[in-house]
Amino acid sequence: MRLSWWKILCILLLLVISIAGFLGGVPAKPILNETIRNLYYHVPMWFGMMIFFIVSVVNSVKYLRSGKMKFDTLAVEYANTGILFGILGLTTGMIWANYTWGKPWSNDPKQIGAAIAILIYFAYLVLRNSMIDMDKRARIGAVYNIFAFAMLFPTIWIIPRLVESLHPGGMGNPALNTNDIDSRMRMLFWPVAVPAWTLLGVWITTLRVRLRLIEEKKLNHA
Amino acid sequence: MLEFRQQYTFYGIVLYVASTIFVLYLAMGQPEDQVWNGLFWMIQLFVCVNAVAKSFLQESRGRLLYFYSIAGARDFILSKLLFNALLMALLSLVGWILFSLLLGNPVANGLRFMGVAIFGGLGLSLVFTFLSAIAARAQQNAALMAILGFPLIIPQLLLMMKLANTAFSQVILDSLSQIVLLLAGLDILVIALAIILFPFLWKD
Repeated sequence: MRLSWWKILCILLLLVISIAGFLGGVPAKPILNETIRNLYYHVPMWFGMMIFFIVSVVNSVKYLRSGKMKFDTLAVEYANTGILFGILGLTTGMIWANYTWGKPWSNDPKQIGAAIAILIYFAYLVLRNSMIDMDKRARIGAVYNIFAFAMLFPTIWIIPRLVESLHPGGMGNPALNTNDIDSRMRMLFWPVAVPAWTLLGVWITTLRVRLRLIEEKKLNHA
Repeated sequence: MLEFRQQYTFYGIVLYVASTIFVLYLAMGQPEDQVWNGLFWMIQLFVCVNAVAKSFLQESRGRLLYFYSIAGARDFILSKLLFNALLMALLSLVGWILFSLLLGNPVANGLRFMGVAIFGGLGLSLVFTFLSAIAARAQQNAALMAILGFPLIIPQLLLMMKLANTAFSQVILDSLSQIVLLLAGLDILVIALAIILFPFLWKD
């Protein structure tokens, strides 16, 4: 079995983050204590989800411009992976919140935003499955994907900056603020955790795309 | 448009608003400010789904074909958006009048609330017009509208409620102008997207 370089890199980064994430030094903070290690697992899920939804939308635009089914397959599979990462992010976040904020769900604006994002992409899948004709399904799915993306992302990027949140970094830029993360953790977070999980998502998606292409080929020959 | 040809549908919608609010009055009496506001926006949402969904879901295939032959896709969606926006603005007014008649009127700043209600109705109608175009292409399924639309509209609706809350008292909200700008930006975005994307739905 030959693996391309980025898959090997992905495995290595995941190993590093799994070992160093649990054994590496972390700042001792009240309330957070050791749960701060969840930063390596919870936050990269959101980066992954955003990246995959953006890739999905780009593919939808490409589909509408060119009409090639390949882009439609890519769009739907990236949306699927995005949903998976969103659910994982929500779950890890709820477990984390249970220990730090006292309960898993506290109607934090970011929790609501994440839940809405997942609902919207479920609706995208339902819409696609409601149509049988392949071309029509692809075209209308692409239109909804673009529309939903354009409606959703301004709101989940802008609203959390306007209202109070339990998440850190509520004022200013919530995710990219360099001051609210310890330097030891930053060394692991940016070069290791984010690319590791994102590469894993890309890997999952390519496998699913290949599976789908084989299925289509089988259908065409049957 | 459909409502001019079949006027009973318009009166039907007005009656829908009236009877829903009446049922609400029987169930709730005269609720507190917060509840009042929440109920008002929920009614707005459901009226919008019912009124605007008609614009594509109830047009017959043959008539759509006829529109297709006499007008371009862009003109068609623009006229639909404009018509539904006006319709929804009117229905917002009707809704507000009925609400204040039956459920009491806790609004301190009437003019501001009216502005917010019409502005909100506008936003709702734009989003749902486009979604009804999508849903109409997918097997004319009205339930699909709710599935597609509700998650999309939640953020807007929450912001609207926040805005409307400012009309209940003299409390000043710092981020007021930011929210208004954001919502206006979203409305413009919806119109732009509708113009760009509708030709793809319109084909075949």
